[in-house]
Formats: sequence, C-alpha cells, structure tokens
Amino acid sequence: MARAQTVSTDELKSIAKRIRRHIVQMVAAATSGHPGGSLSSVEIATALYFRVMRHDPQNALWPDRDRFIVSKGHATPMVYGTLAEAGYFPVEDLMTFRKLGGKLQGHTIMQQPPGVEMTAGALGMGLSFSLGHALAGRLDGRDYHVFCLLSDGDSQEGQTWEAAMSSAHHKAENLIAIVDRNHIQNDGFSDYQRFPDGNGSRPQRPGGWVLKDGHTANIMNLEPFEDKWKAFGWNTQHIDGHDFDAIINALEAAKAHTGQPSVVICETTKGKGVSYMENNPDFHGKAPSPEQLVQALKELAD
Amino acid sequence: MVQTARSEATRAALGPTLVRLCREGLDIVCVDADLGYSTSAVKFGQEFPDRFFPVGVAEQNMIGVSAGFAACGKIAFCSSFAVFAPGHCFDQLRMAVAQPRTNVKLVASHGGLVTGEDGASAEALEDLALMLSMPPFNVIFPADVVEAEQAIEVAARTDGPFYIRTLRPKTPVIYDDSDYRFELGRWHRLRDGSDVTLIACGELVKAALDAAEALAGEGIQARVLNAASLRPMDRDALLAAARETGAIVTAEDHFVHGGLGGLVAETLAEEHAVPVAYVGMRDPYGTSGTWEELLKYFGLTPAAIAQAARDVIRRKTV
Repeated sequence: MARAQTVSTDELKSIAKRIRRHIVQMVAAATSGHPGGSLSSVEIATALYFRVMRHDPQNALWPDRDRFIVSKGHATPMVYGTLAEAGYFPVEDLMTFRKLGGKLQGHTIMQQPPGVEMTAGALGMGLSFSLGHALAGRLDGRDYHVFCLLSDGDSQEGQTWEAAMSSAHHKAENLIAIVDRNHIQNDGFSDYQRFPDGNGSRPQRPGGWVLKDGHTANIMNLEPFEDKWKAFGWNTQHIDGHDFDAIINALEAAKAHTGQPSVVICETTKGKGVSYMENNPDFHGKAPSPEQLVQALKELAD
Repeated sequence: MVQTARSEATRAALGPTLVRLCREGLDIVCVDADLGYSTSAVKFGQEFPDRFFPVGVAEQNMIGVSAGFAACGKIAFCSSFAVFAPGHCFDQLRMAVAQPRTNVKLVASHGGLVTGEDGASAEALEDLALMLSMPPFNVIFPADVVEAEQAIEVAARTDGPFYIRTLRPKTPVIYDDSDYRFELGRWHRLRDGSDVTLIACGELVKAALDAAEALAGEGIQARVLNAASLRPMDRDALLAAARETGAIVTAEDHFVHGGLGGLVAETLAEEHAVPVAYVGMRDPYGTSGTWEELLKYFGLTPAAIAQAARDVIRRKTV
C-alpha cells in the first residue's frame, strides 16, 4: 500500500539529517565510497520516498509502484541510507556497506537489497532504463511515474541524450528526470560555477585544464543546460535542490504535466551539510578520516 | 555434395517468429534501432504497432530501454547489425543485461564475412567473442533459417539474456523436412564418423557437411557437429568427439580467437587434449565482395575444412 504522504517539511528535514549521518558513517566505516554526490541528493531522495512517491517497503516489486531509478550508481550511500530510513531493510545493515558477504555493494545492484531498481555504476544508462519502465507502464495501462536521478557526469554521456531524444519522441509523460546538478565530478569542476576562483585564472585556450593540486577545472561545461533539455522536447524546471518545498512543488507539477517527459534540474551543493566536503572535489569518492567523521557528525547533529 | 532444397536468410526468421509467439500470448515487445527492415523485426511492428518501439540509430539506448521493459516483466527483443549491437553497446549489455540477468534477447543480423559487399566495417568478426565473454548470456549461431526460428522461440520461452546471430545472405537450408529440434546446450550430430570431428556453426555447418562428403570419398569418416548453441555448449558431445575420433576441426565465420575455435580449445586443453585445427578468420579483417567470393577468398570453404581435417589427422598420436 502507498505510504501515507503526511510527513511535514520539518520532519523531512530531520529525516534528511539522519540520512546524511548514515552517509558519512557508512563511508567512514567502509573507508571508501562516494559521500559528495550522495550528500548533494539527500533532499531529492527524501522528498521522493517520504512525500511524492507511491511505494511499499514490504513489496519492493509492486507493479504499480512509482520508480526511483538512480543512474548515478556510485551514490549508494544516499540510496541505501534512504531505503533503510524508508523501511526497506534494517538501519543496522548499513554498516555492511562495501563489505564482503554483505548485500550493500559499492555501486547499486538491481533488487539487492529490495528497493534498488537498477544495476548501475557506469554512467549514462539510467534514463534509457527508465524509459523502458515508463513505456512498459503505458503499455500495461498502469499509472505509475518513473523518477530518474542523473548527475552532471550522466549528462555528459551520449546515451543520456539518445534516451532524452527518444523519451520526448515517444511522449513519455510518466517519465521525470531529476538532475543533481552539483557542478563537481570525479576529476574536479564540471564548469566554473563552483570553482573557487570563478573563472579568473582561466587560461587563454578552450577546454578544461589541470590545476596545481591535480583537479581539473571546466571538465565539460553543460550550459546552456536547461535549453538543451527544452530543445530535446522536454518540459523543464530549474530549482534549488536542497529546498523541500521547491522540490515537492516541482515534482508534483512534473507529474501533472502531460504530453512530454519532464526534467527538474536541481542546483545542489556537492558534499552538502559537511563543511569540509562542500564544493570539494576530494570528497567525490573518498572517505572521511575518523577525526573528520567526528566533525561531520557534530555538524549533522539534530 | 550435400544437396539442399532451398536457400533462405536466417535473419528472415525474426519478425515472423515474434508475430507467431506474440499471437500465442507471449508478452513480447521489440525495440528497434533503425535496422528492423533488414533484421525483419518490422514484420512484428506491422502486426503489433503498440509493442514495437523505434529509438532511432541509438543502440546503447536500445539496450537500456529493452532492459527497462524486461524489468517490468516483458520479454524484450531488440535487433540490429552485429557490428552495432554488441559493437556499439558492450557496456550496456554487460551492466543492464548480463549482470542483472534481465530478460533481453538481442538478435543481431549481418554477422560475419558473408555480410559481403558492404566491406570490412560492416562484417562482424568479434561479436561472438564479446558475447561469450559474459557468462549470463546464452549465445546461439543458427545453421539455417529453420534452426533460427527454433532458437528465437527457445529464447522467448527461456528466462534470461540471449544473443542470437543471424546472417544477411540466403544460405542453404539444411533442416527442411527434418524432425530436428534445436535444444540449448546440445550440438546436433549431423553425420557420424570415427576419424575426425568437424565442429561448425552458422553457414559453415553446410560447408562442414560438404567437406565430410569429400573426405568420405578418400576413405576418411568425419563426424559433423552443429555447434549452434555456443553457450551453453555441449561439453559431452565435444569430449565424446575428442575421445572417439581423436582429432577436431572447428569452422566458423568469425575470428577463431574468442569464437568457436577458442571455446573448443579451452575446453579440450583442460579436459581431453587432442589435435585441433581452426578454420575461420584471423588477421586481416574482411573486404568487399559477394559472400560466396569472400568465403573462398578467405578460405572458409569445404575444401579448406577438408584440408584441415587431413592435416589434423596426421597430427594424431596413435
């Protein structure tokens, strides 16, 4: 049965804080993992599982469920932390993350644990997979919605745009892409929007460039991003991805939109909630030290 | 020479077989990347327009969409040319199909040298190697259109990932008027013999039969096995052939490394080593020509298989 969607915004904020604590604890315990892009998408996942989506933790494969398909498969700490909070499996299991014999692999595995929709880890594949779910729902006369979470990196893969083109072509109005637009990726800064120096030290040549510390600046600028989606035939919204009211309103508007797939571009902060991780490419794929974990938990306390 | 009544392209089996199975109630969908006219998938689209999904020239997306359908309980067929799928979409086949074992069936036409006039870039000589590298995939290379129809039906009725390789030209039909039924993991013994075993797949099964006929004229009795089911393979038939005939020739329209030759060599080296000779492509790649000219030019012929058999028999340790 569908979850009662009566959770208040204050309650959502407190759930999000718990999920953030799970994220840093899991990654610290595993001494590896991807905290940055997990922390940036916490509000998106929390809003979906506790307000927007129709789903049943006791029946993960319920055919009429709304789907949350995570293309950025490295964001497992966010996925597992949210599923545990939503009641798909015990919170204690989170500490088996990335451990031999556990069910919580470093990148997502379909239905392991139940509730994980897609095997992912190679970027760019989620939107196609989501389109298959969306078209199957239409064929079967089911009224579910498919929410697909994409990253900056996903948006650089060609397959994402193949899927974007065909989703609009097939008028997959039950498909909603959500972009966790944190502007930071594995090697560094996607563009100049979160680059500490602005574009002040930009060299006099096109393309990306490697900084003294080894990070790359301006890896692949996606702008004009919203216009790209519009040009591909999508209904677009562009919001603050940490503002629950904005997220919920945007997702509900997207659900109500007909004749086109919808995308909600969420401006987010990589590492959101932990001061030393925010906008820091180092924590795309690195665990905090034990001392850093103590500080993170202090910052994320209720 | 073994005579056959007719020739037909194995690719012609796809659309009509899917139509028949869907009419019987199988929950089939078909995703297409702008080659359905050539792979015959459009015949399914004509009959079941609501179940046919063109995605344009976008093979990666085709595999991903198919996997999504499969995750919702559909039997998801898709088709293209073998150079494009798996050629363009190995990662998608690996992560969206092989690892989660989604119920996706890729039927790729234009396998091999016999694609012909289109030349080297259009001639898939690596697709079987790519697909055999992923253990969850069943990999089938039918010998003729009759076997192709049966293999497609087995794929539709068997849960899990399948790769079926079909061919462009009209090749001889060897299973007309036959009670043969394709079975996963079974290599059909088309001819018995005790001196050497010729193991072939695809259109070279007919060439192997012709080679066996020629060898019989010299007093050499060759067993012929149709290795259409490359995975699961027929280990028992292979080991029996090694024990009972003591020499093996493989024949395939594909690079011998990573294809049937590699598969046979790996198994025999571990379980029962006997001399093996390989008929197939090595280096260089193919070129343009009619399919029959190309088979002759690159030595994928009954004569080449017979010569390989004579050579490998000489290497037997008696």
